[in-house]
Amino acid sequence: MNSNESGSRFWPVMSVILAIFAIWYIATVVLNTPFQKDMYKRQKQENVSMVSLVQDTMAQERPVLPAPHQVATEIYNTTVKKKITSKRSLIFHAWITLSTALLGFVMGTVLGIGLAISIVHNRALDKSLMPWIITSQTIPILAIAPMIIVVLNSIGIQGLLPKAMISTYLSFFPIAVGMVKGLRSPEVSHLDLMRTYNASPWQALVKLRLPASMPYLFTSMKVAIAISVVGAIVGELPTGAVAGLGARLLAGSYYGQTVQIWSALIMASVLAASLVGLVSLLNYFVLKRMGALA
Amino acid sequence: MSEVVNADGVSLRFETNDGAVDALSDVSLNIKSGDFVSLIGPSGCGKTTLLRVIADLEQPTAGNIEVNGVSPAQARLARAYGYVFQAASLYPWRTIAKNVALPLEIMGLSRKERKARVKQNLELVNLAGFEKKYPWQLSGGMQQRASIARALAVEPDLLLMDEPFGALDEIVRDHLNEQLLQLWDKTHKTVVFVTHSIPEAVFLSTHIVVMSPRPGRIIDVIESDLPKERGLDIRETPEFLAIAHRVREGLRQGHSYED
Repeated sequence: MNSNESGSRFWPVMSVILAIFAIWYIATVVLNTPFQKDMYKRQKQENVSMVSLVQDTMAQERPVLPAPHQVATEIYNTTVKKKITSKRSLIFHAWITLSTALLGFVMGTVLGIGLAISIVHNRALDKSLMPWIITSQTIPILAIAPMIIVVLNSIGIQGLLPKAMISTYLSFFPIAVGMVKGLRSPEVSHLDLMRTYNASPWQALVKLRLPASMPYLFTSMKVAIAISVVGAIVGELPTGAVAGLGARLLAGSYYGQTVQIWSALIMASVLAASLVGLVSLLNYFVLKRMGALA
Repeated sequence: MSEVVNADGVSLRFETNDGAVDALSDVSLNIKSGDFVSLIGPSGCGKTTLLRVIADLEQPTAGNIEVNGVSPAQARLARAYGYVFQAASLYPWRTIAKNVALPLEIMGLSRKERKARVKQNLELVNLAGFEKKYPWQLSGGMQQRASIARALAVEPDLLLMDEPFGALDEIVRDHLNEQLLQLWDKTHKTVVFVTHSIPEAVFLSTHIVVMSPRPGRIIDVIESDLPKERGLDIRETPEFLAIAHRVREGLRQGHSYED
């Protein structure tokens, strides 16, 4: 990438970010003004200047929409200024969610690849399994998540695993679908070649189908890891909201702590984005190792 | 000389949505050890299908065919042939050396034996020094030479080549034709070579099989009496032109020049 190219990318990206912040601030003022005016009325304040109104809309304790800098301050206070072991530390909660999401993602990836391999090698499974795999994703996760927790709890499985299973439930799907396509992606002549060598299905899988499916795998993994985070958060809700970003969201909505909700939301998206970035990085190194890049 | 391929009344009918297609109709052909046989004809004449039947990549619907005295399936299981596709079909994630080693890995040869065969066969196709390159770093002609080395690494007696130089420009093709002849002379392989180039077929072959479409069948088998030692210049000699003329006559007889 030359400097000219990165320069031409800087301004479009920057203007979108600035636009988002501008819209956010405007929305903060507009959405918080009715409550603020109500406050003035109750406190018998009159003739409040426009400037102080705008300032006050951004300084409420429980605003309808907190201003970006309020969220930033809350995140700063609950990350840098708190011990990681503290229950008030956002990093502590993010770590809980991260560990759930990662465990669920790993299980989902293994399950998805396993399903894809069986589907590609067996026509009957292709016809019988695929409809169920698709059906599984039509059920709202919010409906099935408490069921999974309750059922697993009744057979004595508690803690991390049930929450991770919800991440697995979401993340195996893109992996399975992507890998079925990836394992079927080799050209006809590449497959014919394996046949002329009298290669076993296992050899064809290891030496041809799996390497050929790598680009598909990484694309699927980027989707899967992001929804694993969503799954982990959803999984934290019915467990009584003890810990995790999901717990912060739920507690925040119980007590109307919108600033806390927004900071947990931002943390969750930063977490998901970092994980997607990590997968992209892994993708880059694996494909480089496979000679796809100079 | 022993018979490498013995086809007797082989037919192959594909059932398609537009009805049945006779890709091969009553094809009989003998190929002896050490022959260089070209299958020539227009698109749809079944030349590639015949090659794939020999390779057990397609099954005939009628007739009998033997490769090395056994069925094509048994010959394939014994890895009796090397197959070169029209596209080089190198695996893009493997280096040239690793591509050539691919069939050897599947055969379960030791690392030492693999290394020796890779070196020997890359030298044979003049690709020594390119072991660590990836396919995309090589020209089309070099890729196809690597794919020939890969087919030879199995050490088969029979080499099946499906328009291996069809996608290359004429200058590269001439060059590879010369190299292929030298290779054939050195290794004493039997070669079955599919092409739709008359000069290529005449230049390379000991036998030229002229085929025709709808249904796919053999029109003529021409035995070439050109000397074994030949350079590209031979294409201007009257003997060469006479054979090329006979090939063209065969193609015309099979209505290959009509729409």
